[in-house]
Order: sequence, then structure tokens, then C-alpha cells
Amino acid sequence: MTAIVASSPTRNLPDPMLPRPFRVQRVRKETQDTFTLELEPATGEGDYPFAAGQFNMLYIYGVGEVPISISGDPTKPHRLVHTTRAVGVVTNAMRQLKRGDMLAVRGPFGNSWPVVEAQGKDVIIVAGGLGLAPVRPALYHVLAYREKYNNVVLLYGTRTPLDILYRREIEGWRSRFDVDVHVTVDRAMHPWRGNVGVVTRIIPKAPFDHLNAVAMICGPEVMIHFTVLELEKRGLAPGSIFISMERNMKCAIGFCGHCQWGPNFICKDGPIFSYEEIKPFFGRRGL
Amino acid sequence: MSSPPLRAGSRVILLPAGLQQLIDTLRRQDHQVIGPTVRDGAIVYAEVEELADLPAGWTDEQDAGSYHLRRREDDAYFGYSLAAQSWKRWLHPPRRRLWRAERAAADGDFTLVAEQPDPPRLAFLGVRACELRAIAIQNTVFTRGPFTDPLYKTIHDATFIIAVNCGYAGGTCFCSSMGTGPRVGAGFDLALTELLDAQRHAFLVEVGSPRGARVLQELPYTPAEPADLAAAEAIVARTAESMVRSLDTNGIKEFLYANADHPRWDDVAARCLACGNCTSVCPTCFCTTVEDTTDLSGRVAERWQRWDSCFTLDFSYIHGGSVRGTSRERYRQWLTHKLAAWIDQFDSSGCVGCGRCITWCPVGIDLTEEVRAMYANDSTGAQIATLNIV
Amino acid sequence: MSTPSIESILARHPFFQEIAPAELGAIIEHARLISFEPGRLIFHQGEPAAQLFLITEGKVSLEVFAPQRGPILLMTLGPEDVLGWSWLFPPYRWHLDARALEPTQAIAIDGARLRERCEANHELGYQLMRHSVGVIEQRLQAALLQLVDLYGK
Repeated sequence: MTAIVASSPTRNLPDPMLPRPFRVQRVRKETQDTFTLELEPATGEGDYPFAAGQFNMLYIYGVGEVPISISGDPTKPHRLVHTTRAVGVVTNAMRQLKRGDMLAVRGPFGNSWPVVEAQGKDVIIVAGGLGLAPVRPALYHVLAYREKYNNVVLLYGTRTPLDILYRREIEGWRSRFDVDVHVTVDRAMHPWRGNVGVVTRIIPKAPFDHLNAVAMICGPEVMIHFTVLELEKRGLAPGSIFISMERNMKCAIGFCGHCQWGPNFICKDGPIFSYEEIKPFFGRRGL
Repeated sequence: MSSPPLRAGSRVILLPAGLQQLIDTLRRQDHQVIGPTVRDGAIVYAEVEELADLPAGWTDEQDAGSYHLRRREDDAYFGYSLAAQSWKRWLHPPRRRLWRAERAAADGDFTLVAEQPDPPRLAFLGVRACELRAIAIQNTVFTRGPFTDPLYKTIHDATFIIAVNCGYAGGTCFCSSMGTGPRVGAGFDLALTELLDAQRHAFLVEVGSPRGARVLQELPYTPAEPADLAAAEAIVARTAESMVRSLDTNGIKEFLYANADHPRWDDVAARCLACGNCTSVCPTCFCTTVEDTTDLSGRVAERWQRWDSCFTLDFSYIHGGSVRGTSRERYRQWLTHKLAAWIDQFDSSGCVGCGRCITWCPVGIDLTEEVRAMYANDSTGAQIATLNIV
Repeated sequence: MSTPSIESILARHPFFQEIAPAELGAIIEHARLISFEPGRLIFHQGEPAAQLFLITEGKVSLEVFAPQRGPILLMTLGPEDVLGWSWLFPPYRWHLDARALEPTQAIAIDGARLRERCEANHELGYQLMRHSVGVIEQRLQAALLQLVDLYGK
């Protein structure tokens, strides 16, 4: 399965390991430990064209570099948007950035969600936790070309109502008449009146035709595993199920060897894979 | 001097004095000539200037976990099988700076300063067939994918390669079964076969490129006779026949993919120290990591690249843990990548049969034996290896 | 427009598959449609588990009440979900609270009568036990996954 790969600005540069300076235009706190950065090139204007699903390597001066999925709108490339969680040294340093601060960017890398292959079909997006961020660009694309798709379903699961990412935006999507949005949490306190339970419980009744649908799943591997099981129970073929994978990355250009998963380099053969192509490797311990 | 101009495929005879002149010519053309030398009880590649720097009269005895130098009865320059390390450390440096960033004030803007590398032009003297193939394999990794490593390409393309056909099969060699030797294949500028007997000491030289032809044209060569060609053929044939080890690569990719849970992996894991020697000496292993450093003032930050090994625990670290947490999983990753996944990634095996991983493993793990045992479904331990490093 | 009858709903529901029409007819005598407005407690932890509920519309949360923290929502159920299996096992008391979050409709079946029929007809008993275990297994698996805290750091 060949997903679309946008022409990568980095591919055309003489040195793909040298980043470009960018500036923080806006910082937004999303949840207790998750935040969004909006970036623009430090020198002059510049769009940042990318395909939904691709990622950048973001560098903080003197601290290090991490791979972060682009979570903005691919049809509006004038702002580069990244949502991430502060878990390590680099992302914690990133959380301290303010408007006007400088960081450096390499990318975009990787392949993309099959938004073209999904045309004419039902689209079912299943996201868990922070996984909504890397798949949001695909939803943006689908909504921008809404007439090209049949049913559009978003299933989003997270820990508690406080951990719901892009809450206001989700409420906006839900209020549209052409998108089916289901949000569920693992546990909640009163007065939550939404769903409580694992996101996979919503799949048996989700409105899609298993013979004409494409599923895009993004979240923890355990969640992907159970989601695939439920989708296959509905009769969805493995070739119509797409997942996003993560591994340790140092270079993002297929040279450092860290991101290998079986024969695949997550950075250049992925991060998006059809379940059919990676079925023999998925869930194998220690691979 | 012969009159017909030399070109790829031409074969001539050069005497040792001519070989010295070859070294001199290359040095005059600003090449740093790297060749085999004897150091610390082993044959290692280092800069050479004269024939006297070469390991004339030396050979090696290699076995699983064991390496010894021995004196030969003759003065062959290339009578050993394989040096300890490979040419990898010149083409793919163990440490290199990727770029610098400078900033005037703490928390202020920074500028990125690209490297302007000016690597020395190299000439490799004495590249074995397996090593030649390994160079081609790494070249594929770094220049034939969606991205190119510009420094690797610069160094590689400028390197003048003088290959040498093996007159002796090392104890751990298995290039024959890997289809990578002992006769040198494509990718050399000049290839030598050492012809040494009671009558003479000479080299059959084969031209492999226009650049090789140009250099050789200036040297005192004489035409190669049919007897010379036959002698060289016989040497290579004898080397191939005397090879002790072999690896059956028939269907090995599918076999290793399908046997991720073979009990033999547990057996190897009980022996493997995850020391990473194999990845260090392997001529095709290419993994690296990056290091970010700042100076004390914080005004200059640097990003360095250095060799890494998939045998380290944090190689596969993500989200608070390592995906390959046990040495079993890491050994399996290394071998499966080398012999199977590499084929899907780069259209060839990652192994050239040089045997260095067998020689330099402190506990003598032999991948040819491991594969054989897996095919035979045998999961009992191999004999305990001897620790016999010189 | 005719609303589906209790009989047609039960006949189609996976929980009552493979049950002979005669038995189903007898069960229907002990079934009734019931509605709950949002916020209404359907049952209380500790109360006698008198009924089995088949949700047809709306949303119900299974909860536990913690002093000083209020209700903690553990799982929500919706249309076609079975609510309650405590009617089948001694001491026949509810272990959790159940509360309607939205306007909810359900078919309530008298638990004690159902138990009597199961005693009298072991084939029916086996079927209902089997389906109940199936429901419990699904809920358990889901609950375990919720415990894993998948989305945590």
C-alpha cells in the first residue's frame, strides 16, 4: 500500500541532518500535561506543506531533538502546529517555550494517512489519548473535502474528561450533521454525562459499511490491538485498516537504525502502515 | 611501458617496486593511503607510506573467539586473511560533528552553523572481496535511499580502492557461501593478486575503473601472460575450496521471519554478553546515535553523531522502557536484520561472510553455527567457546 | 407508526437468542417497558436485584459513590446493552449504582420469576447463564483495559 508522501522540503536540502530555525507564534495548554505549539519559519514567510500523518524532528537548543507528529491542517500550511505531551527532557523544555522563542525543525518525514484511498468510502477514525493529535490532520483533510467521502466517524477515547484533547473543536465537529463523533473516557466523576468505557465498545455499532470503509487508528499499541480486533469482527479487511506506529528515532532519515521494526524503518516506511502489511510483526514482543 | 591504453578489464604485471610507486603516486595526488600494518599483535588498517609498513611475511589464525598472528614461510605482503577492523571507520567515521549552533545570550535566538567538511582523500590498499562488497552495501544504505548522507558520499566517491584477491581462506571466513568472494567483484579501481613463488614476487593487476587506468598508466607494468592469469585463477580457486565455514542462505529470510520464537534464541542469549563487539567489527553495521552538547557558557551547542549498537539496552527505548529489553531480543534483532530484514530493506544480504563477528566475539558465538542449529531444530548449547584473544 | 413490541425486541436481542418461543412468551408476561428521566437512579448498591434490564434507548452509568468525592462513573451502557446480572446469583443484591444520564427506556424483566423459570427449565437456565457469562466476560475485559490506564505516561 502506498500512502501519499508530500514532497519533503528536507529531502531537497543538501544536508538532511541540519535543521531550520523556527519561531514559536503561539503556545496553548491543552490538558494538564499536553500543549500545542504553533510555529513559523524564523526567516521570512514560508508555508510548511505536509501530508496528514507526517512528523517533524523538533530541536531545542542545547537539549536535544524529538520526533513529533504534525497536528495541524494540511490544507492550511501557513502555520506549523504540533501538539505534544511533556514526558522527557526535551518535551519538558519545549513546554517552557514562549511566543517569540526559537527552536529548530527538520522535516516533514514519513508517509501519510490514506486520505485519497479513502475517497468514496466510509472513514472511521479511532484515536486514543494523545493519538488524536497525529490523526487530526487526516480529519481536517476529510472535512475539507467532505463531499468525497461517505460516512465519517470519529471515535475518541481518553483517560478522564480532563484529558480530552481539543475539546472545543470536538464539540464543533459533533455539532456538524455530517460527522459522527463518539467520545469516551476510562473513568469520570459526576457531572460527566458522556460515555465511560473503552473506545472499542463503540465499534460494534459504529455506522460504517465494512465492505467500503477505511479505518485510521492512532494511540497506544494495546489500544490499537483491541481496536483492530473489533474492526475485524465487523468484517473490515486488514488492508483497509491503517495504524500509526512509534519507535525510538534519532535521525528520521533511515540512517541511524533505531526505529526499525522488523524490516520496516518507522521513519521512512511508516509511521503509517496498513494492518495487512505489518500483521506478522504487530504485537510481537521484543521485535 | 606497453602502448595500448589501459582500461577497465585490462590486466598487467607489477613488481613490488611498482607497488611502491603506486603508493607514492597516490600520495602525490593527495590521497592518504590506508593499508594493513602489524600493531598490538594484530593486523590493523592504518596509514602506510612504504612497502615496509605492510605485514610482509605475516598471516593470521582466526577461529571463534580467537585471533593469533603467525609468521609465514615467505614474505607475502597480503598473506593474511582479514584485518581486525574493517574500512568502515574511514568511510563512516565513528564520531563526527553534524553541526553547531551559536547564541549570544541565554534563552536568546541561535544560529545554526553547517559543517564544511574537508575530509582527506583516501586510498585503501588491500581491500578483500568481502570488504569490497561491504563497502557497496553501506554505500547503498547511505546513498540509495530517499535521503543521502552527503559526507559519506563525498568520502566514498573520492576513495581510491585497491582490492586484493585472497590467497588464503581465514578460519572464520565464509564469503564463498555468501556469494561475495573470494574473487573480488565490482567496485575497485585496481585489483591485485599476489603471485609469489620461487621464481618471482609480482602482482597481477586488474584495472577496474578509468581512474584506476589513469594511475596505473604511469607505473612500470609489463603485460600479463596467460600463465599469469592461470596462476591467479588457481590461487582464488584454492582459496574458495579451502574455506571451512559456510552459511546456507537458501530461504533464510522467510525462515528467520518465521522463527522469531525458535528456542535457539534462548540458547544464544545464555551466551551472548550483548557487548556489541560484533557490531563494531562488522563492515556493514551502520547504526549511529546523536549527542547534543553545550559548552559551559551555553553559547555554543553541538550535535555529534557516533556509532551505536543495537545491543545496547536503550537502543530501542521509548515511552519509559526498551522494546528489546532482553539480550535474547537484541541478538535476535541483530541476526534477523543482518540476514533477513536487510534483504527487504536493501535488496541484498547484510552479511558478506567476512567472519569478523565470529573471531571477535568474546564467547565465540558463530552465526553460521547458530543458523545451522536453527535449521536442524537443535536448541542445545554449542560447545563452550574458548577465550583466546591475543 | 407502531413501536416495536416487547416481544419483537426480545426475540431479536442476542441475550434471548436460541430460547424457544414458548419460553419467550412466558418470559414476556413478566416484562414491562419502563422509562427513566435523566439523573434518576435506576438501582442502588445493596438493594435487592429484582430485575434484569434491557436498555432500548438512552444512556445509563454504572457508578460507585465515594464519600467526599461523589459518584465515580465506571462504565456507561446504551441501547441493546444488558443491565444487571446480580438477579442470577445469590445474594441477589446490586453491587453498584445505576443512574440514567439521558432519557432512558428499558425493558425490565422480573428477576425472581425468571429464576423460577430457570429452575423449572434447565435448558432456559443454561441459555440465560451462558449469555450472562458472555456479557460479564465482555464487561470484565473492558474494565481490565480501563484499569491499564492506557493513555497514561
